[in-house]
Amino acid sequence: MPVNAVTSLLIILAVAATTFATRAIPFFIFPKGKAIPKTVEYLGRVLTPAVIGMLVVYCLRDTSVTAAPYGIPEAISVLAVVVFHVWKRNNLLSIGAGTLLYMFLVQAVF
Amino acid sequence: MSGYRIAFEKAFPYTIPVLTGYLFIGIAFGVMYAEKGYSAWWAVLMSLLVYAGSGQFLAVNFFVPGISFLQVIFMTLMINIRHIFYGLSLLEKFHKMGKKRWYMIFGLTDETYSLLCTTKVPEDVEEDKFLFAVALLDQIYWLIGSAIGGILKSVLPFNAEGIEFAMTALFVVIFTEQWLNAKNRIPAVIGVISSLLCLQVFGGASFVFPTMILSVLMLFTMRKRLEGEVETCR
Repeated sequence: MPVNAVTSLLIILAVAATTFATRAIPFFIFPKGKAIPKTVEYLGRVLTPAVIGMLVVYCLRDTSVTAAPYGIPEAISVLAVVVFHVWKRNNLLSIGAGTLLYMFLVQAVF
Repeated sequence: MSGYRIAFEKAFPYTIPVLTGYLFIGIAFGVMYAEKGYSAWWAVLMSLLVYAGSGQFLAVNFFVPGISFLQVIFMTLMINIRHIFYGLSLLEKFHKMGKKRWYMIFGLTDETYSLLCTTKVPEDVEEDKFLFAVALLDQIYWLIGSAIGGILKSVLPFNAEGIEFAMTALFVVIFTEQWLNAKNRIPAVIGVISSLLCLQVFGGASFVFPTMILSVLMLFTMRKRLEGEVETCR
């Protein structure tokens, strides 16, 4: 372990508390019976797809397209995930096959 | 208690997509954490207390000497900030659930959120017990996946380079699923464009927050066009 057990436990507790806080905030701001403003309701609906789009970019943020292998393994694998998913609509197949393909590409090809 | 039995039996088929997804991503998490030198018990502990896919993948990077707790909290906040908006669409449903709502709030991951939003509760089962069953089953899959990953890495050392792509694949799947189901794809496009833009300007370490601000601004600018065209989560 890179840090001792007590520090490890404290890190986990900090992550746990912060995660719970982000999930609980709306329930404290809008307790039972309090009306939700239209603006907030609108944001609640449209922000989710936008955030998922951001998370895809977030996962790929360290991929360099200017240095070898020019993001080719990532591009191939992401494309494969999309194709698998449109074709079969099966989460495990899309995620599993895409990840194994990526591992193969970075370990054996590039 | 019989109400719960029926609820779990009814909920199980709906959770199968998450079962498969979570087993694989949970294994990837367990392997990554084990590579840092942590046993399967630690992976299970984190999955029990934290329970967040992307949050736990990110958290693996925190276990380095000299990490500041402020940084841990800030990074976790940034990656989870979207969860604030998940709750907004489930306020009414959860408020009806009494004490169980605390577990529902705790278990509000991306996958559970999308299940709770898209699943129609079967007629012959109590809604609150059904939703609770969905949430709890999902966490059980996540725990099993994490444990398998942690054990796998210790009994069978293998080259796990690239396994972190499971995370990327997960979000690509969610994105594709949303893309195929959405009546209006503009919000998704806004998210991708503003994050690519902010990534160029601010760099990989600090583009998340500016992206959120830019997305919100763009979504408000287009409110007239998008209002009424985007489905609600009820």
